[in-house]
Amino acid sequence: MKPAPFDYRRPGTLAEAVAALAGEPNAKVLAGGQSLVPLLSMRLAAPAMLVDINGLPGLDTINVEEGGVRVGALARHAAVLASPDVRRVQPLVSLALANVAHATIRNRGTTVGSLVHADAAAEMPVVLTLLGGSLDVEGPAGRRTIPAGELFVGPLESSVHHDEIAVSAFFPALADGAGVAFEEIARRHGDYALVGAAALVDGDSVKVGYLSVSDVPTVVDLSGVPLDEMGEAALEHLEPAGDIHATADYRAQLVRVLTTRVVRSAYDHAEGRA
Amino acid sequence: MTEELHDVRLTVNGSAYEIRVPARRLLSDALRHDLGLTGTHVGCEHGVCGACTILVDGSPMRSCLMVAVSAVDHEITTVEGLANPDGSLGAVQQAFVECHGLQCGFCTPGFLTTITAGLRENPTPTHEEARDMIAGNLCRCTGYQNIVKAVERAAEIGAGG
Ligand SMILES: Cc1cc2nc3c(=O)[nH]c(=O)nc-3n(C[C@H](O)[C@H](O)[C@H](O)COP(=O)(O)OP(=O)(O)OC[C@H]3O[C@@H](n4cnc5c(N)ncnc54)[C@H](O)[C@@H]3O)c2cc1C
Ligand code: FES
Ligand code: FES
Repeated sequence: MKPAPFDYRRPGTLAEAVAALAGEPNAKVLAGGQSLVPLLSMRLAAPAMLVDINGLPGLDTINVEEGGVRVGALARHAAVLASPDVRRVQPLVSLALANVAHATIRNRGTTVGSLVHADAAAEMPVVLTLLGGSLDVEGPAGRRTIPAGELFVGPLESSVHHDEIAVSAFFPALADGAGVAFEEIARRHGDYALVGAAALVDGDSVKVGYLSVSDVPTVVDLSGVPLDEMGEAALEHLEPAGDIHATADYRAQLVRVLTTRVVRSAYDHAEGRA
Repeated sequence: MTEELHDVRLTVNGSAYEIRVPARRLLSDALRHDLGLTGTHVGCEHGVCGACTILVDGSPMRSCLMVAVSAVDHEITTVEGLANPDGSLGAVQQAFVECHGLQCGFCTPGFLTTITAGLRENPTPTHEEARDMIAGNLCRCTGYQNIVKAVERAAEIGAGG
């Protein structure tokens, strides 16, 4: 199918983009289009206007800052994945990005767009939540910072207002002595995961974030739980559901298996850095 | 309501084209219908099959997931742009012929563009890397074995073999 008609704006400045959004309550931002255009073509979305941010200057940045790395709204997944700075400062971002879609999709899709899209089956929302990162957005009232914990409010629903543009995401650096790992099971590499898990360990602290298990990215604190009981403990906080891709039981089993695997691998990572 | 039309200037295979299209015109449709470049095929139209893959500034992208109005400022290469300047087949095309890398040919344009860019980035792929290079494209005929062979053969041709 083809998209329904919409008005199109391609502003040259952020201020114009914010004004265009403010002027049309049913407008949507077009970034990489790798999630939005399929929704338009399937007519699951029919916005009155698209505000294309691809012409905005200065948003394709990847900068190391004090305490972490900041990724601009037009930095494509592929550029973030290829960045040695990102890999050094917060390797979990690179590990997870290698599982986001196929290279061809990563060439156009943006990491920030994936965060705003807030798909519980996507990798980057879980990573941002686990790391305690944040998203900077610009709206008619100026700029504000949304902590990851307040960003993902429901299935495909983020707390970015309709008249706001996300300008950058901040991923905190990996602390000395800490370790991270990422594991997922998908039908084919590059497909959306049946279940995925990201782990952050630091001394006795163990946290695991899950994708494709609940309606929103979910992080469970497993500190103090013996390794072989962690999967079961995590399931107390998760609601694996069945769909055409996997039954609820199978998802629960993947949580058990992946939890042990990802935590062990995060400890190996921490040891390797010591 | 009549739909607003936009004047769009596209650069495809080194030539500039001017078209007037509504904002919702997918780049894949603009290439096929407005420019008559029907080498780019459209299968699923939601990013999954890879048949519509083109090169945007040298990187493979799904033309069905871009709107034509947003494709200004880019150098686009379609399968029509992969032949050598003298009209003979490019290395990847030649390898597909030699290795029987296609049957019905529906998926082929997307494979050719993807592999062309893939070999530019990695001219000497291992067998695993050759498989990974085509992991985002679907083919319902060949069973992929001969396409993997074609990737490896194209690498040989590129190296002067
Ligand atoms: C075949 C296929 C497989 C995929 N597999 C995966 C996968 O395994 N894992 C995964 O995580 N993703 C996957 N994706 C999605 C991909 O990662 C997208 O790139 C990403 O979800 C959205 O980024 P985008 O820049 O393309 O956003 P768009 O599609 O342009 O936008 C998505 C949504 O976010 C909004 N938005 C985007 N940017 C901004 C901004 N700066 N400010 C305000 N709002 C904004 C848009 O209005 C829209 O509602 C897949 C996509 C395809 C087509
Ligand atoms: S037609 Fe574009 S990916 Fe299938
Ligand atoms: S040759 Fe028929 S789909 Fe690939």
